[in-house]
Amino acid sequence: MTAQTIATVRGLTKSFGKVETETHVLKGIDLTVHRAEMVALLGPSGSGKSTLLTILGTLMRASGGSHEMLGVDLMNASDAERTGFRSRHLGFVFQFHHLLSDLTALENVMMPAASAAGRETRAIWERASELLDAVGLSDRRNYRPSAMSGGQRQRVAVARALVNKPALVLADEPTGNLDRKSADQVIGLIHRINQSTGTSFIISTHDEHIAAQCSSRIGLLDGLIVPA
Amino acid sequence: MNAYAVKLALRHLFSHPAQTVLLTSGVALGVSVFIFMSALIGGLATLLTLRTVGNIPHVVLEQPDHDPAILLSGVGELVVLQKDLSRRNQISIWQPAIPIAEQTPGVTFVSPQIRGAAFVERGQAVASVGVIGVMPGKLSGIADIDAAIVEGSSNLLADSLLIGSRLAKDLGLRVGQIVRLTSDRGRARSLHIGGIFTLGVASADRQAVYLSFSTARALFDLPTGISRIEIKIKPPIDAPRIAAQLRSTTALKATAWTEENTQLFEALDAQGRTGTIIKIFALVTIMVGIASAMSLSVMRRQSEIGIMRAMGAGKVFVVSIFMLEGILIGLIGALIGASLTWLALTALPPVTEVARGGLPIDQAQGGFLLAIVLTTLAGALASIQPALRASRIDPVEVIGS
Repeated sequence: MTAQTIATVRGLTKSFGKVETETHVLKGIDLTVHRAEMVALLGPSGSGKSTLLTILGTLMRASGGSHEMLGVDLMNASDAERTGFRSRHLGFVFQFHHLLSDLTALENVMMPAASAAGRETRAIWERASELLDAVGLSDRRNYRPSAMSGGQRQRVAVARALVNKPALVLADEPTGNLDRKSADQVIGLIHRINQSTGTSFIISTHDEHIAAQCSSRIGLLDGLIVPA
Repeated sequence: MNAYAVKLALRHLFSHPAQTVLLTSGVALGVSVFIFMSALIGGLATLLTLRTVGNIPHVVLEQPDHDPAILLSGVGELVVLQKDLSRRNQISIWQPAIPIAEQTPGVTFVSPQIRGAAFVERGQAVASVGVIGVMPGKLSGIADIDAAIVEGSSNLLADSLLIGSRLAKDLGLRVGQIVRLTSDRGRARSLHIGGIFTLGVASADRQAVYLSFSTARALFDLPTGISRIEIKIKPPIDAPRIAAQLRSTTALKATAWTEENTQLFEALDAQGRTGTIIKIFALVTIMVGIASAMSLSVMRRQSEIGIMRAMGAGKVFVVSIFMLEGILIGLIGALIGASLTWLALTALPPVTEVARGGLPIDQAQGGFLLAIVLTTLAGALASIQPALRASRIDPVEVIGS
């Protein structure tokens, strides 16, 4: 693994179901993600994009192959080790924002760091405030999700994904529920963060317009990497 | 304790005030039932005990039996034991026992007495009575005769006696009339009725007759000895322990009131068990209520739990949030229920002053602290299963859906 490499998967497979009804979703994926890389993961529905992101995000174990990130063998790590690793080095943005409805925008951004620390520290508060500034929502910090628009909520979700200064952010169709204007705002934001902080992104999308803004493209079809 | 888990638990409770108020009100109601039953069962026990032991001695000291000791101990030998009836059952040397009894911790009153059977005659009417000869100033220490006097006065003179109201009614007696009292020793004396009392105990009101100590001595041929020493203690429930202590310090036969009132104890015990069952049902109801609410909460918040897990929150963290919510619901509900019940019970009269037909509720026996602790514990227990279920939520499934 070189100094620029963040994550590597080799021969990654994933199957669901029992022997007779087994479905092979991923059939041997080789993938390397470098620092500050912004990867567009393209492919039709059912091609295995979400499954690949879920495995890369340590939310699911692969059926076979190897999975390393930052020198850690995540394939053979325990559940607790994977949870700890996820908390420290990975960020997520989903198609739906999944913000906690009881918390304000600022508290939602603080949540991943506060739950890891066991309390809301001054440093976490400052980091979350900076991120809300960065996504242009400093004036909405005390708003609950129900009082914000879809685009604003998704920008809060992006800020939340970055609060622990992750090496890699996995975004699964982050603009899928947004109108064009809001989608452009969110992708522009991700691009700026990628450029300014060196955080790597893998963005699953159907949208060629979004893929065009990424530094590299990976196509996925029927569980295999194909030229995109 | 994880401060952030506490914050999230509190935030969820206060973000849904209607649901929280409903839930804590249910808990408060259960706690009120728990406390009310504790106070009622405790108050009933106190009232029954007071009514039972209020006018009787708690410990009685008497001369030990003079029956001969059996020296043979071989197997297969038959022994005929003749009860010693050659001597009168009296405490000949009783004066040393009085200060010993008075200085025993827990003893509140000591009354040396001369007792015996007698007949009261008025014209052709005759009634058998039990005579109690009491020392001056010791009349009302065991049974509160002063308070029970319904006619005349409680002042006992050498030529007067006090009788119960039922005896007075049976013989048609009134204060000031002369009666003839004949003791079982064959001695007789004419005495005038100084007062009539009603203790509310049929046997005492029909058969007890109070005389002065000196008059009783003469009637029962006891120039120096006494029949028994009656003792009051506080609390009455300590009677067995104090009786055992007096037995060893005075070498007299000591009988606690509890030995002769086992039925009362059985009744109180059964009543206590009934109360315990009702209290357990109240706690179970609280647990079921909290568990149901927590289960619904877990169902409704699946995606939030999933996102927290996806963001790196551990299973223990998720468990602690839901456990804390259960504990907080239990604690807040218990505090509200206990406070309101305490206020409500404050308005009720004490057990000793409860009117006939009223509920003898003893606020001090409400078990307020116990109710708060048990309800909080019930909240914690009720939330274990929902909390574990929350921790097992697969983030991939809930986020995907």
